Amino acid sequence: MALQVELVAADRQVWSGEATMVRARTADGEIGIMAGHEPLLAILGSGEVVITAGGNGITAHVDGGFLSVDHDTVTLVAESVQVGGGSPATQSGH
Amino acid sequence: MAGQLRAYRRQIRSVQATKKITRAMELIAASRIVKAQAAVRASSPYARALTRAVSAAAANSTLDHPLVTEKPNVRRAALVLLTSDRGLAGAYSSNVLKEGERLAATLREEGKEVLPYLVGRKAAAFYRFRRRDITAEWAGFTDKPAFENAKEIGDRLVADFATDEAEGGVDEIHVVYTHFVNMVTQEPRVIRLAPLEVVEGVEAPGDGDLAPLYTFEPSAEDVLDQLLPQYVTSRIFNCLLLAAASELAARQRAMKSATDNAEELVKNLTRLANNARQSEITQEITEIVGGADALASAGSAH
Repeated sequence: MALQVELVAADRQVWSGEATMVRARTADGEIGIMAGHEPLLAILGSGEVVITAGGNGITAHVDGGFLSVDHDTVTLVAESVQVGGGSPATQSGH
Repeated sequence: MAGQLRAYRRQIRSVQATKKITRAMELIAASRIVKAQAAVRASSPYARALTRAVSAAAANSTLDHPLVTEKPNVRRAALVLLTSDRGLAGAYSSNVLKEGERLAATLREEGKEVLPYLVGRKAAAFYRFRRRDITAEWAGFTDKPAFENAKEIGDRLVADFATDEAEGGVDEIHVVYTHFVNMVTQEPRVIRLAPLEVVEGVEAPGDGDLAPLYTFEPSAEDVLDQLLPQYVTSRIFNCLLLAAASELAARQRAMKSATDNAEELVKNLTRLANNARQSEITQEITEIVGGADALASAGSAH
């Protein structure tokens, strides 16, 4: 079972697709989410978001926002998202 | 006679020059509508995600955040008007201003004080000409709004909404903007931004289980505190983008009819100029024939 992940900035959708794991920094600390996670609404701090999707993932820097998990659907919303962090396939997933 | 012809020719040249300008503006507006519509589409995942989260949070906690609570007696209402910076867009700005005036009158009838928050130079000019007070104004981005613009407006509105009315805050926020229905139809619309009306229900949970019980991190209040202002900003951003698309569509239409009018004018003026030229020629011929006749009759008389 995989996660359906959406990473959304205010003016565009940055990444969407299936992933095995999502790592992000919330207000309380780093959190990792895999399939079967309980429903969650959390505030994101400023920091890195890493989406692992078998060589097709993405690393991005977000500046505050929030994260919601519901039925294996993960939505990361941030006002500004900067893609970067060395993943060679940052353009994929559209 | 020759002077008249010259005058027509000069008029034709000037109308043709104007036509070139309006035609260029029409084409520019037409190409930018496409971009504006793309911007509206690109921003919709953000708005959708926020709406979903807000309704999820609303369904899972007792929603008593100030942004969603109706105040018992509303005395001061903010009126946000989204107009354009530049004219030459037909009745675009004046339609919004008219709708704003109507809304302001209704609010005043209900005993509320109306505080104008103006976006676009046209609204500011309208208020300044009438020597009215302006609570806040923003300009310079109406045909191509960025998220930062929406954030600036949203932050100010949320801050004023959070302030006590005795200290210059507001109890209600209304927005008048132009909704982009399609290329030919744009209509001014009014929405109440705050207190928020949380609309869309949470998606029906699958697998026959109950609605998911969310865990909030750090706490439900903190999450709502962060979510709701973002929701407000995202709605403003959406309104700004739709208004920008409407502005460009209105400009394109206005410039198209200006171009058509110029063409019509050139056609009529050309006809008049031809007429003038022809009558000039006719007159010259008449004069020559008349002169020759006179000479001939003068010669035969001798």
